[in-house]
Amino acid sequence: MSAPAFDVTTQIGKPWKKPPFVQNPLLRWGLLAGFIAYLIAAYMTIDVNWARVYEGLERGKQFVLAFTSPDFTSRSGDIYDGMLESIIMTVAASVVGIAVSIPIALGAARNVAPLPIYLICRGIIAISRALQEIIVAILLVAIFGFGPLAGFLTLSFATIGFLSKLLAEDIESMDRVQAEAIKASGASWTQWINYGVQPQVMPRLIGLSIYRIDINFRESAILGLVGAGGIGATLNTAFDRYEYDTAAAILILIIVIVMALEYISGIVRARVQ
Amino acid sequence: MLRLDKLVKTYKTGDQALKAVELEVPEGQVLALIGPSGAGKSTLIRCINRLVEPTSGKVQLGDVELTTLSSSGLRRERRRIGMIFQEYALVERLTVMENVLSGRLGYVGFWRSFLRRFPQSDVDEAFRLLDRVGLAHMADKRADELSGGQRQRVGICRALIQNPALLLVDEPTASLDPKTSRQIMRLICELCKERGLAAIINIHDVALAQMFVQRVIGLRFGAVVYDGPPDGLTPDKLTEIYGEEDWEATIEAIGDDEDEEVAAQ
Amino acid sequence: MPVRETGSVKEWQRRTGRESLFHWVLWLIGIAIFAYCWQRISESTTWFFVWDAPRIANDIWTRATPPRWEYITQLGKPIWDTLNIATLGTIFALILAVPVAFLAARNTTPSAYLIRPIALLIIVSTRSINSLIWALLLIAIIGPGVFAGVIAIAIRSIGFCAKLLYEAIEEIDTTQVEAITATGASRWQVMAYGIVPQILPAFAGIAVFRWDINIRESTVLGLVGAGGIGLQLSSSLNVLAWPQVSLILLVILAAVVISEWVSAKVRGAII
Repeated sequence: MSAPAFDVTTQIGKPWKKPPFVQNPLLRWGLLAGFIAYLIAAYMTIDVNWARVYEGLERGKQFVLAFTSPDFTSRSGDIYDGMLESIIMTVAASVVGIAVSIPIALGAARNVAPLPIYLICRGIIAISRALQEIIVAILLVAIFGFGPLAGFLTLSFATIGFLSKLLAEDIESMDRVQAEAIKASGASWTQWINYGVQPQVMPRLIGLSIYRIDINFRESAILGLVGAGGIGATLNTAFDRYEYDTAAAILILIIVIVMALEYISGIVRARVQ
Repeated sequence: MLRLDKLVKTYKTGDQALKAVELEVPEGQVLALIGPSGAGKSTLIRCINRLVEPTSGKVQLGDVELTTLSSSGLRRERRRIGMIFQEYALVERLTVMENVLSGRLGYVGFWRSFLRRFPQSDVDEAFRLLDRVGLAHMADKRADELSGGQRQRVGICRALIQNPALLLVDEPTASLDPKTSRQIMRLICELCKERGLAAIINIHDVALAQMFVQRVIGLRFGAVVYDGPPDGLTPDKLTEIYGEEDWEATIEAIGDDEDEEVAAQ
Repeated sequence: MPVRETGSVKEWQRRTGRESLFHWVLWLIGIAIFAYCWQRISESTTWFFVWDAPRIANDIWTRATPPRWEYITQLGKPIWDTLNIATLGTIFALILAVPVAFLAARNTTPSAYLIRPIALLIIVSTRSINSLIWALLLIAIIGPGVFAGVIAIAIRSIGFCAKLLYEAIEEIDTTQVEAITATGASRWQVMAYGIVPQILPAFAGIAVFRWDINIRESTVLGLVGAGGIGLQLSSSLNVLAWPQVSLILLVILAAVVISEWVSAKVRGAII
C-alpha cells in the first residue's frame, strides 16, 4: 500500500475532535453569534401580550373541543353554498388554467419556442409566481367587483404560473432523440409537438394537474376573506362570531376534501406512470 | 465457542430460509460459508446477532443463549460480535473516524456518543486500527470520499474496535475488484489470527474461500450439505452445493491464481 | 384535461369503437361539468362591473402610479416583523415537525397501527389549511399581532416539513442502520448515528425551502391582522391610498425575489 507517511504515534494520547462543518473558526463563531443575536432581537420586537395569550387559552380549549362536536346544521345553508362555490371555482379555474398553461409552457421551453416568445412566456410565469393568490384576488375584486368571477380568475392565473413553469422544465429536459426522430420524418410543427413532445410529457402533465387541483381547492378556501367567493367568507363570519363549532365543521370538511383529493391523485399518478 | 442448535428461520412469505442448521465454531477458527444466492447464507449470519429474528432453535455464544435475550441483553452481546458488510455499510456522511468509533457505541452512553466525546482509549485504539489497515491519514475524510477497498478497511476497523470474540462477515468482497478482494480477504484472515478471533465469512467466490480458510461450510436450500477442509471440495461436492456446472475450470483457476500470487510476491 | 387535444382525427383511429365511445362520453361529462360551473359563476357575477373593468383597471393604474416612494420610511418595522414571522415560524415548525416525521415514517414509527395514523392526521390537517385561516383562528384565540402570525406560520408549516422529512426517512439506506445496530448501539444511538446523518441534507433543504415559502405567506398575513407588511397593505387599501399600495406591492415583490434567491443559493451550497 502506498500510504503517505503518517506517524500514528503522534496521534496516540491526543483527544480527537470531529472536524467542524465550517472550517474558518472566525466565520463559524461569527455565524453562530449573528444567529443568536438575531433570535434575541426578533424575540424582543415581537412584543407578546402574555396576559392576552393566557386569556386566549380558554378559547383555544373551546375551539379544540369544538372539533369533537362540529356543528354542520345551524348554518348548513351557508356552508353548502360556500363549499359549492369553492368547488365550482376550483373546477372552472383548473380547467381554464391547465388549458392556458399548456401553450404557455410550450412557449417557455427554450428547445421548442423561439427567443421572443420564450421571453414573453417566461415573463408571464414570473409575474404569476411572484404575486400571491390573495393579492391578485384583492386587485381583481377591485377591478371586477365581488364574487366568484374574481376568485376564478385568480386561481386560473396562479395555475398558469405553477403549471407552465414545471411543465416547461419537463419539456426542456425531455429526450431529444425521440423528438428529433419525429422532426426527421418531415412532420409539421404541430405534428411534431403532438407526436414527439406530448407523449413524453403527458404523465407529468396529468400528475401536476391533479396536484394543482388540490392546491386550487385549498386556496379557494381563503379567497372569500377578500370577497372573491367561496367558503372563506362563511369561515370568516364564523370566527368573528366565535362560532367555533361551525368553524370546526368547515375546517373538517376542507380537510376531508383535501384528503380525498390526495388519495385520488395518488391513484391517478400511480396509473399514469 | 459458537454453537447453533436446530436453527430455523421461516419468513412471513412462507419461505424456509434455514432448515434446522447445526453448527459449531471453536475459538479462533475462520470458516467460509459458501452456497448459491438464496441458500440462506446471509440469513444464517444475521440470525446469529439477531438482525434477523430466528424462528426457532438456539444460538449459543460462549455460555450465553442469544435467542432468548431481552433487548438490552442482546445489545450487550452484540458488542462481542463484530460484523462486516457487503456494501461496506459505512454511514457515508460521517467521517472515517466517526465510523470507526461507532463500533464503540455499545460501550458509551448516548450523550457521550452524541457529542462525539469518546474515551481517550477508544480514540487511541481507533487510530491504531486505522494505522494497521493503512488509513490513519484518512481519519478526518468523509466516508463517501473513499474507494471501495478503503471503505471495506474502515468497515473492518469498525468491527474490530468492538473488541469482539466473533466476526460475522457478509460477502466482504462482492463489490470489489479481484485484486482488492484478495487483499481484503487476506487482511481479515490475518487480523483474525493476530487476535485469535473466530470468524464466519459468507462468500460466493469458492476459489477465494479455498485460498484463505481452514474450514468450509456448504449451504444449499437452507441446509448444511458440506462441512470440511477446503481441499475436500471436489467437483461432485460443488455440484451438490451449487447444482450442475463444469467445475474443473474453477478448480484449475485456483491453481493458476496461486501461482500468480507467488510470482507477484 | 385540455380541450384542444380532441381536434386530432388520428387520435380516434387507434381506439376501438367501444373505447372511443367511452372517451366521447367522458369528454361530454367533462364539458357539461365545466359549463355548469361557468354558468354558476356567471350567475353570481354582476356583468355590468365586468364590462366596466378596463376603465376601472385603467383608473386604478393611473392612481397607483407613481408609487409614493417616501412611504418606504414607514415600512422598515413591518418588513422586520415579516422576516421574524417567517423565520421564527419556520424554526418552531421544524422543532415540531421532526418528532412528527419520525412517528410517521414507516421504518421509525413505534406503532404502525396507533401512532402512525395520528401523525399522518396531524400532517394532513395542518397542511390542508392555509396559513391565513390559521391566522384568523389564532387572532380569535390570542388576539391580533405578530405572535399570532408566528404561530400560524408554524402550524401551517408542520405538515409540509414533516411530510417531506418522513419521505426522506423512509428512503434511507437500511444497511447503514443495520451496521450501527449490529455494534450493540441503543435505539437512540442508532437514530443519532445511522439515521440522522442520512437525512440531514434533506432536512436543511426542506428548512430553507419552507423559509422561502413562509416569507411569501407572511407578507399577506397582515391582511387578517397577524402583523407584518400586510397590515400596511390592508390599511392602505381601506383608505384607497393606491400610491402606497403600489409601493407595498413592489416591496413584497422584492422580498419574494430576494428570499427565493437566498434559498436557491443556500440549497445550492448544501447539495
